[in-house]
Amino acid sequence: MTQIPELVDYLKNYDGPAIRLMEVCGSHTHAIAKHGIRNLLSDKIELLSGPGCPVCVTPTSYIDRLIELSFQENTTVVTFGDLLRVPGAKESLNTAKGRGGSVEMVYSPMDVLKLAADNKYRIYVFAAVGFETTAPVYTLLLDQAILQGLDNIKLLTAIKTMPGAISYLCDNGAKISGFIAPGHVSAVTGSNYFNNLAAKYQIPFAVSGFGAKELIVAIYGLIQMVLAGDNSVKNFYTSVVEQENNPIIEGKLNKYFEKADVTWRGMGLIPESGLLLRQEYKQFDAGSRGLDVDNKMNNACRCGEILMAKVKPVECPLFGKICKPSSPQGACMVSEEGSCFNYYLSQN
Amino acid sequence: MEHGSGGRATGDLIREIFEAQFDNDILSEMEDAAVVPGDVQIAMTTDSFVVTPLQFPGGDIGRLCICGTVNDLCMRGAIPKYITCGFILEEGADIETLRQVVKSMADTAREAGVQIVAGDTKVVDGNGGIYINTSGVGFVPKNIDIKSKNAKPGDVIIVSGNIGDHHAAILSQRMSINNTIISDNAPLQQMVSSLISANIPVHVLRDVTRGGLATVLKELSVASQLCFNIYEEKIPVDLQVESFCGLLGLDPLYMGNEGKLVAIVPQEYASQALNIIKTSKYGDKANIIGEVCAPDNVSNAGALILNTEIGGQRYLDILQGEGLPRIC
Repeated sequence: MTQIPELVDYLKNYDGPAIRLMEVCGSHTHAIAKHGIRNLLSDKIELLSGPGCPVCVTPTSYIDRLIELSFQENTTVVTFGDLLRVPGAKESLNTAKGRGGSVEMVYSPMDVLKLAADNKYRIYVFAAVGFETTAPVYTLLLDQAILQGLDNIKLLTAIKTMPGAISYLCDNGAKISGFIAPGHVSAVTGSNYFNNLAAKYQIPFAVSGFGAKELIVAIYGLIQMVLAGDNSVKNFYTSVVEQENNPIIEGKLNKYFEKADVTWRGMGLIPESGLLLRQEYKQFDAGSRGLDVDNKMNNACRCGEILMAKVKPVECPLFGKICKPSSPQGACMVSEEGSCFNYYLSQN
Repeated sequence: MEHGSGGRATGDLIREIFEAQFDNDILSEMEDAAVVPGDVQIAMTTDSFVVTPLQFPGGDIGRLCICGTVNDLCMRGAIPKYITCGFILEEGADIETLRQVVKSMADTAREAGVQIVAGDTKVVDGNGGIYINTSGVGFVPKNIDIKSKNAKPGDVIIVSGNIGDHHAAILSQRMSINNTIISDNAPLQQMVSSLISANIPVHVLRDVTRGGLATVLKELSVASQLCFNIYEEKIPVDLQVESFCGLLGLDPLYMGNEGKLVAIVPQEYASQALNIIKTSKYGDKANIIGEVCAPDNVSNAGALILNTEIGGQRYLDILQGEGLPRIC
């Protein structure tokens, strides 16, 4: 049986045709940096970070709307921590909070239930950002809000789905040899979720976990698929991911949400690439439709091209100069899952 | 609110809750300022404690506010001596909780060998919160020079036990996640005084609090402008804390402790120092996790490099923003 050090040796010394692999999950971007994988690979293997970090792909009008809500009478915006520092068109939620906006940070969407129950006369707007992975949690929150009669809970949604974005990349000339498919998304959707994309674009997909060894195995496996011209979907995360989707989660998602055309930061409106609350549940919506304007705080920021792997973070004129984790100009430098943030860390 | 008026109700509160626990000759004089003996070099520090929940597995804000200040003093090689405390109580603070918090302070102060010599209480509007500030004075023995920029190439880096426990315990409680993780909040004066009395020439001590091990080590590497190399598999992490962090997408390297220290000592004293820490109270999981190196190029001056289990290298920075849960 091949051992991990042998696979690492192979990847270090690989001297075949140049290969460009893209991970489309922010947690992979983070894990690759965390385990120091990039500097274990030969120069012929390039790892590119795709649009898989939820806060990185959220357009500025979404942040601006949250800020507006935070100043609305009797309203509190509730959010995960990593959205706080993401710049909108003019400022971030953190800055707004400093000016008197009502913003609370929580670790779980379910924390909103307690806030809303303790103060029924205040409206709590949860910043429901995420992908296929996080969306199921929002359905649980809605279940409980309905069960407990908490009509003072609302969601401002920015929920994205992967296939639309992957198609967009492939249709727009991103030169990618293979995709490291998102392990968490696949745990919800099943690995078959990517079959149509693999067939349509003739590109292999390898579903991977997040441990150092799991990533090494998946990257090695994906390279073998690229070299063999095997344009299928292989699951290297069998401990968690099945081929078929999870029917319970799918049912819940379909109950509350419908597919919609949504805007991605730096990439624009992508057809059927997101989820919005259905008409029947619009009383829970804090105004998520039509948040399509994307005005960057700093026009020189190349977030969009970076998310599409057309340029590397170092090619952005702001990178490492005025744009640093302590003074992010774009979302990719804010999040632990952002490509600029992780590039910055691996260089400094 | 009446309890904060400065009148009779204040006196009742002080007598009933504080005096009963904090009884000592200096405090019971009830003067405006404590006069304490001492003619050596002194270390001073102050810290404010605003933790929620007030009580958590393994401790409470009372134990925490003594440990925090005691440990800050210890990290300069001082022997902690005197502590003052200021309470800010929000209206509606639970008296029974306050009583328990004050008892914890007294117990922990006894354990740490410090006297609480002055105090103050204010009551403000609010929702029953309890906030405590503690200041401390310690005596620094002669010839002790422990400070963050003192690391030297060739030194070894020791951490005194499992990292992330306090942060994980607090988060678990806040998120109502059932597990048996308990906070490590503990006073470290015995560990530090054992090192000093064994004449270990300790270069640097730092307690691993907010921001976690990575933040603390990065601050130290920057202070000395040397390159710190640490090894992932040598860093002690409790299995349960590791899985808790894994589930939430948190990194134990950035999770805070309240009873762990980093010691940087010359290589030739490494095993002796490790032994002393391991046999001290609260140090049984201590380990040597890396070494201090002369930077081999300009960009490595002040670098903190984590060597990962598969032989990769990761440059660590200080914690940016909050310790975040995974959202994808």
